[in-house]
Formats: sequence, structure tokens, C-alpha cells
Amino acid sequence: MRIVRPTIIYALLVLIALAMVVPLVWMVFTSLHPPHAQIPTMSNLFRPDGWHFENYREVLTYGELPIWRFAVNSFVVTAGVVLFQLVLCSLAAFGFSRLQFRGRDALFFVFLLTMMIPAQVLIVPLFTLVQKLGWLDTYWGLIIPYPYLSTAFGTFLLRQFFITLPRSLDDAARLDGCGDLRLFWHVILPSAKPALATVAAFAFIWTWTDFYWPLLATSSTTMRTLEVGLSVFKDSYGGMRWPLQMAAAIIVLVPVLVFFLAMQRFFVRGVILSGLKG
Amino acid sequence: MAALRANNWRGYLFVAPATLYLALFAFFPMVFAGYMSLHRWHLLKEDHPFVGLANFTTILADPFFRNAIYNTLIYVAFSVPLGVVTSLAVAALVAQRLRGVGVFRTLYYIPAIGSKVAISMVWIWILLPEVGLINASLKWLGGEGTTNFLAEPGWAMAALVAMSLGIGLGPRMIIFLAGIQSVPQTYYEAAALDGCTAWKRFRHVTLPLLAPTTLFVVITTTIASFQLFTEVYMMTRGGPRRTTDVVLYHIYKEAWQKFEVGMASAMSYVLFAMILIVALLQFRIMRRGLGEGATA
Repeated sequence: MRIVRPTIIYALLVLIALAMVVPLVWMVFTSLHPPHAQIPTMSNLFRPDGWHFENYREVLTYGELPIWRFAVNSFVVTAGVVLFQLVLCSLAAFGFSRLQFRGRDALFFVFLLTMMIPAQVLIVPLFTLVQKLGWLDTYWGLIIPYPYLSTAFGTFLLRQFFITLPRSLDDAARLDGCGDLRLFWHVILPSAKPALATVAAFAFIWTWTDFYWPLLATSSTTMRTLEVGLSVFKDSYGGMRWPLQMAAAIIVLVPVLVFFLAMQRFFVRGVILSGLKG
Repeated sequence: MAALRANNWRGYLFVAPATLYLALFAFFPMVFAGYMSLHRWHLLKEDHPFVGLANFTTILADPFFRNAIYNTLIYVAFSVPLGVVTSLAVAALVAQRLRGVGVFRTLYYIPAIGSKVAISMVWIWILLPEVGLINASLKWLGGEGTTNFLAEPGWAMAALVAMSLGIGLGPRMIIFLAGIQSVPQTYYEAAALDGCTAWKRFRHVTLPLLAPTTLFVVITTTIASFQLFTEVYMMTRGGPRRTTDVVLYHIYKEAWQKFEVGMASAMSYVLFAMILIVALLQFRIMRRGLGEGATA
């Protein structure tokens, strides 16, 4: 299917790509301007008063906003959510795809229903719940209530993948005397690595870049995640000191970017796995 | 029979953790929000008297909440159709078998995974008067270049819509792409034999077959648009003159600045109802369209 000539297509593709790339280029060059410089203009963006790589060091060692600590928090929280999510979803998906029990399909439907509940309806009561549990401003509060939205999504995605695995695998394992747990652990999970990676990739991105929940669930500076820390960072400069702001933004952006480039195919797979193509 | 029963509890054991989890962190909060919405509930006060539907009547009569609903609907009305059409067009472009097209697919996905806080910071620059990307370009083209977009009522909302096009592009494009690639090549060959031009092939072969995909994209985009928050929090704080005060941001202020969580819960339910109604309407309208598409 070819609508127009390749040259025109390339021209359009490059034009859209520019819209994505120009801001990134601007960020990088702005971050190297003198820390107290005015916001760069088109004429001096590429010719700053010297290249100030030490902006990055300044941001990384800025006492009031410990960006390393934010990064550790983001990492702990994201890793916790991903692990928690994988355990919950894979167990449930195994039950829904490999075992027979009464009310199975009805329960699965209830799981799907939770995907319809918008996060904002849950936020206020979740906050109250977490407060009652004494989890505000702790890792527990940041990790445990998190996957409420993606548990159903993850279970659904894994179930869709598990049912494509041939039944003969189960039969062979059963003949060898495998119980449910060993079938799950030694047969199903190893065959489902790409699907598990997909669930992990989505959980990672959602958690790492989420803003609303960590904004509410944390109050002390040392518990902030990178995403919330960056917004505090911006406010503390009152819209000034753009070079430092941009250095901070780049420090926050780079890890996700690297992660995404490494895990790209799993994102595409997720879209196809969930049968969204209709 | 005994075996079946044994199977039963084994199955329950596997789904139990996730089920308990959802019960505690999805269904319980959902019900609890309903309970709170029926009480005068201040986060820092001990007693919360039952007030029936008073919270709902109050907020529905409140001009500021109605303004927030209006702003949200405006945002949805622009960002959804524009977002769906642009991503379908881009998907059609990257569906071409051309060298290096994969690089573009990756590039276009990046805003969707990037930090929204960082993206908002860049957009603040893009929209600045004089030195921002848009104004500097206008100046270079001989214009004034002095518009402070984020301070002008109409422009601030337009900027949020424009941002949503970039941020949502990647995921929508990938979904459309999967749909386009699943159309059997033979259909195009048959259409070509019938003398169809490329545009006609797209219009009469690809588009009708994409109807279920489009429905999915429209509904998910709508749900996401109703939940606009981070960009508003970072860039406009609901201003100028409350023109970007969308419902979720309004709820945020009600709950976490005024601590009126009962009121905020009622607002959440209103938002939930709005999302549900709009999604259902879209589903019905597009299904009818789909039926016609299939018979035509």
C-alpha cells in the first residue's frame, strides 16, 4: 500500500522527527550554558559562554535536593512494584489459564472490570487507607498500593500468552510427576519470558514516570522520587536558572530513555499480545 | 468429583493473592470513595457527619466545578479527534516498507515514555515570549513573537492540546500500525485490480477494517484525556483565569489544599460517570458506523 512517493514520505517523517528531536537538542545545549545565564536564544544556543559541564555536578551534589537519593527511591519503588506485579499477575494468570475451578470466568471478568475504574476515584480513599496503615512517606506506601491499575492488565496479558502455550507441555510435566507449582515454575514461566518482560517493561515505565501518587504519598524530601523531585527542583528555582533545570531534566530522562531503547520490542509485543489489533 | 473439588482449591490458591490485592486496593477504595462522598469529610477533622447527596448538589451547582467540567470537555473535544487522526496518519506513514522506518517509529514513541515533568519544563520554554521556540521562529519569519502563550486564556488550552498530540502519539501509532499490518495484502491487490487509487484503497479497504482498532484507540484516548493532570500542575496551575482548571486538577486542590475529601470524592464520582457516559456513547455511535461500513 503506497499512497505517495517515498521522498515525500521521508520528508514528512523527518519533519515529525524534528519536532521530537529539537526540544532534546535544546535541552542538552541549554544545560551547558553558564548556570546563571539568561535563557539561551537561537543565536547563542550553540555558542555559550564556555561549556559548563560542571552544571551536572552541581545538580548531582545540590544539598537541598538530593537527586541521588531521589534516584535510589525511584529505583527501589520501581523494582518493588515490578517484582510484586510479576508475582501477583503470573500466579493469577496461571490459575486463569491452566487450572479449572468454579467461578473462574466470572472472576476473570471482575479482574477486567477493575481496568475501568479510573485512578482518580481511588486516590483519595487509597491515601486514607495508606495513612491508616501508617505507610505515608514510606517505601511501603509507595510500592504496595501502586499496581492497583496494572494488576488486571498484567494478568490479562500473561493469561493471553499462557493460553497460547501448548497443553502437551502440561501433560508431559504431569507425567513426570510435576505438581502445580513445579509446572508453573519450571515449565510455564521459562516459556513465558518475553511476556513477563513485557509486563515488567510496562510496570517499569508507569511507575518510574508516575507523578500523582508519589506527590501525595510522600512529604519529606528524602522520600521523593525523581519525577516529583524534578518538579520541586523546578519550583525551587522559580522558573530561573534554566541551565541547571535542564541538566536535572536530562539526568531524569536518560535512564528511562536507555531502558526504553533496550526494551523496545517488548512494548510493541505488549500491544500485539493484548489482542488490540481487533 | 473429588478430583474436581481438589482442582477447585488449587485454582483458588493461585488467583487468591491477586484477588485479595484487588479487593483491598481497587474495590474497597472504590466503595469507600462512595461512602466518603455522602459525608461532610474534612481530612483533618475527627467527625464526619452524614449529609446524603448534599455534596453532589453543592458541586453540581458550584460555578467553579462546572467551569472545570467545561474545560475538561473542551480539552477532550479537541485532543481526542486531533490525536486519533494524527496518529492514524503517522501510522500510515510508518507502515510503509521503507528503509530506516523503524528508527522513526522509535523516535515517535519517546515522548510517551519520557518524564511528563521534564516534557512540561521543555514546553514552558517552547511557549515563552521572545525566546521560546515558537515565538523565536515567528520573529525569524518577520512576526512579532511576543505572545505569552501560557498567559493567554485560549492559547494555554491550545498548548495543552498540542502537547497531548505529541505525548500520546507513540502508543496510538503502534496500535494503528498493528491494525494496518494485519490487513491481508490480497485485499489491496484485489482493489488495485479494480482500478482503485491509493487513496481509495486506504479509504475503502484499510479504514473499514481498522474500525475496531479505531474504536479502541478513541476510547482509551478519551479516558486518558479526562485524566489530564501533570501538565496542568507543572505549566498553568489551572490558569490563566481558570481556563485550564480541569476536573482532576480541581479535585487535587479540593482534596489536598482544602482537605475536603468528601467533596473531592463526590467530584471523582462525577468524573467517573462522565468518562463512562462518553465512552458508552462512543462505543454505540462507532458500532453503528461499523455496521454501515461492513455493509457498504
